[in-house]
Amino acid sequence: MLRIEARPEPSRRMLLATPFLAVLLTVVSGALLFALLGRDPLVSLHAFFVTPVSSLYGLGELGLKATPLILIGIGLAAGFRANVWNIGAEGQLVLGAVCGGGVALWFWEVDAPWVFPLMVVAAVAGGMAWAAIPAFLKTRLEVNEILVSLMLTYVAVLLLSALVYGPWKDPEGFNFPQSRMFGEAALMPPVVEGTRLHAGILVALAVALAAWLWQARTLSGFTLKVVGLAPAAARFAGFERRRTVWLTLLLGGGLAGLAGLFEVAGPIGQLVPQVSPGYGFTAIIVAFLGRLHPVGVVLAALLVALSYIGGETAQIEAGLPQAVTGVFQGMLLFFLLATDFLIRYRLRPVARRRGAEGR
Amino acid sequence: MTLKTTRRTLLAGAAATGALALPGSRLLATEQVKAGWVYVGPIGDHGWTYTHDQGRLDVEKALGDKVVTTYVENVAEGPDAERVIRQLAASGNDIIFATSFGFMNPVIRVAKQFPKVKFEHATGYKTAPNVAVYNARFHEGRTVIGTIAGRLSKSGIVGYIASFPIPEVVMGINAFTLAMRKRRPDAQIKVVWVNSWYDPGKEADAAKALIDQGADIITQHTDSPAPLQVAEERGVSGFGQASDMRKFAPNAQLTAIVDHWGPYYVERVKAVLEGTWKSHIIWHGLKEGMVQIAPYGPRVPEEVRAEADAVKQGIIDGTLHPFAGPIRDQAGELRVPEGQSLSDEELLKMDWYVEGVQA
Amino acid sequence: MDPIVATTVSVISAATPLLLAANGELVAEKAGVLNLGVEGMMLVGAVSGFAVTLITGSATLGILAAASAGALLALLFGLLTLGLMANQVATGLALTIFGVGVSSLVGAGFVGTPVERLPRLDIPGLSDLPVLGPLLFGHDALVYLSVAMVALTAWFLGRTRAGMILRACGENDEAAHALGYPVIAVRFAAVLFGGVMSGLAGAFLSLSYTPMWVEAMTAGRGWIALALVVFAAWRPWRLLIGAYLFGGVTILQLHAQGLGLFAVPSQVLSMLPYLATILVLTLIAAGSGRRRLDAPACLGRPFRPPA
Repeated sequence: MLRIEARPEPSRRMLLATPFLAVLLTVVSGALLFALLGRDPLVSLHAFFVTPVSSLYGLGELGLKATPLILIGIGLAAGFRANVWNIGAEGQLVLGAVCGGGVALWFWEVDAPWVFPLMVVAAVAGGMAWAAIPAFLKTRLEVNEILVSLMLTYVAVLLLSALVYGPWKDPEGFNFPQSRMFGEAALMPPVVEGTRLHAGILVALAVALAAWLWQARTLSGFTLKVVGLAPAAARFAGFERRRTVWLTLLLGGGLAGLAGLFEVAGPIGQLVPQVSPGYGFTAIIVAFLGRLHPVGVVLAALLVALSYIGGETAQIEAGLPQAVTGVFQGMLLFFLLATDFLIRYRLRPVARRRGAEGR
Repeated sequence: MTLKTTRRTLLAGAAATGALALPGSRLLATEQVKAGWVYVGPIGDHGWTYTHDQGRLDVEKALGDKVVTTYVENVAEGPDAERVIRQLAASGNDIIFATSFGFMNPVIRVAKQFPKVKFEHATGYKTAPNVAVYNARFHEGRTVIGTIAGRLSKSGIVGYIASFPIPEVVMGINAFTLAMRKRRPDAQIKVVWVNSWYDPGKEADAAKALIDQGADIITQHTDSPAPLQVAEERGVSGFGQASDMRKFAPNAQLTAIVDHWGPYYVERVKAVLEGTWKSHIIWHGLKEGMVQIAPYGPRVPEEVRAEADAVKQGIIDGTLHPFAGPIRDQAGELRVPEGQSLSDEELLKMDWYVEGVQA
Repeated sequence: MDPIVATTVSVISAATPLLLAANGELVAEKAGVLNLGVEGMMLVGAVSGFAVTLITGSATLGILAAASAGALLALLFGLLTLGLMANQVATGLALTIFGVGVSSLVGAGFVGTPVERLPRLDIPGLSDLPVLGPLLFGHDALVYLSVAMVALTAWFLGRTRAGMILRACGENDEAAHALGYPVIAVRFAAVLFGGVMSGLAGAFLSLSYTPMWVEAMTAGRGWIALALVVFAAWRPWRLLIGAYLFGGVTILQLHAQGLGLFAVPSQVLSMLPYLATILVLTLIAAGSGRRRLDAPACLGRPFRPPA
């Protein structure tokens, strides 16, 4: 018999080992799945995990796709630690793209070094403003932030649509729903030759580092933890619940806004009706896979980004339909989440005792 | 499940023959083309993407082991599209079909990096020596169905379910309205925008709302057969979109505008095989068979069939122009005087509605 | 049919899938489990219900299959979150990714095939009554079930001992455990119920609302259902208001477009259901005056009985 036993404290060894265990389990069950569907398991797995990272361009793509996930994941993790449920990062991302992109379009013909900083300010402010609505309603009227932030995502997407189909439409664009291409001063050039990787990845990593230091060393980082764990104790200690709600939502909104700007000023280069394939939602998974820790978020973002790119490669190289790659990705996430168990608990063999318990 | 496996096996078989041919004889290898498709939706949408995938299957059928096809579905318009297109080019595809307007700028960027690969972009306007553009004159089909509606509507009110106000959709609404009002000068076309290409529930709701407002004919520029199903149930009539949707509405479907990409795809892949591929912009319609009219439904009487056929023939001969003057806009202003007609260039960026449209 | 009556009938069918799925999620959340996989469970329910109905010709079997398929995904979720204490939010989102994939894999062969719509339950005489007839009679079984389940859930949670135990597990799992209630088993049951209801919501989509299978046909309705649970402040009857409000505004904005009532971009009209939901929730909060946290206190928190 095996008995489940809580560890006195999380196991460091398991913390490092479980991701590998999860990937191993995914590989084994994935191979079974592919074989069952009549595919060569080795070719499929190679396409999923190896091809995407076996070239400089591929690594650049990985960083490009991970950048928004890291930025948003860091912001959301801070909120989730304090029990603030911002589900609407996608909408905040869109607002960041709208505001930052709006500046780029307004100063379309201006080629000055201040254009881009102004776009950054506008994007962060836009994301924050969108997150401030649930923050305001939550702190003033106790309106649940899950509903408000989620509903505002749909509104944000429609707002962007109204703009690119309407006033911001490219006058030379044959009335298609897209803005002008941004000017040189408003674009983020690649930082590595031969890739599309832009400076956003450096910003994302810097934000992760700062979040780590903030969380570990400063009082306000500590506050978040306490408020999340025990509201009563936090009140007693004089920490303001309201301030926490505002702080985390503005942080999450601002970072999501920044992520939105990096998408439109980086690889897209203009405003289009769809600026994100759902990064704001995927980042929620990333935050939890990373166990709400900045370093974990960075690693989780890279892994999740790989699973998306791997899904495309598997379609191209192994001819797998997208449905299979979705199932496979779900399995990977399930295993990652399930093996977390081993960090906090252990299985102990126990001698079976006869008697009252045996019945 | 069974159907799926069959189709997959077929594909796997084609891939296997390709792989076998490669090492054995160099001659065969050069006589084989790899063709890739990039889809914006799932191939199971039974609409836009579905019809393109039918075209891909036509290529496989027509060219047998001379071609190996690959596709990637559900590719988001944005940074992901560029990566997918690039990967298809890098993995040895000789010709790549990108089947959504939003793929235009990514195609142009990748095409610069892969001058030897041929690219084909649907519905756009940017070309390059190795980028061709193809599009279908869907509005010609709208002229035919508008003719039928003008003869068969009793209330004179038609419900038009539209996706997004891009020129293609605007043109369609206008062509339909002009043809209908030629037979029924008091006809009123009520347009409802569902802000989605693809949401069966919402499309059905829009159809119900329009029928409740007195529409006795429903037509749509969205992808799913849901509006036709509603028409069948409510005893009104409608037109199929993108493919023949008779199965969903055996009585209600008067006819359907069918997108037929297969012949063009076969022709272009063949051109690559024979080394005769050249860049071009083509806009094919009823004449070339890229747009087709499905068999008429039981509710279309003989004389109306004859009139619709005459209109179709007129467009094919060039004796009938769907946008021949006089054309007045919604405000009643004369936009195209008698004896003139709108040029292709004017059509391709159309953003105004003709008299009789309520949008 | 009178236009107002006809519109109301449209609202009923727009609200029904939301109501079914939200009802299931409400019970799961009342027991303390947050399952964000509603969209995935709905899709799997939709495709299973469609496939089985098409193959067997029996809508009853189809509905049962949809419920079982939803429950199967919920079982997976329960094993991970209740058995292995995996994070509920992340597991739910992963369940949606998984469900989208599974449904499109299973459904690929069924695209483009129609199926008989669920039969309407007509009561001779009554269905022909003016106004009341089309409003109250002549809907299909799932519509009646959606409303009946709200009443049943309200009664169960509010009036029965089992319902009280379920709420106790969501409000204070440790105390419930100390009193000898099987917290994990109760939560498992609640999660499975949530899966069954999501599966039924999917079946309504693919068998009644739009009788067909196309990929991703839920088009985000699972997310709206989740939001409605919050809107309802975890009270079953308010769910009914929320679902009909959302469905109602959706239909009305389509009508407003058809009538050409407002000279604004259609996108602005499409925003209305979302804005209306926020507005009404805010008004309720402002009107009630008192501060309270409506969410079950243990929502989303893993529980492991002390050894």
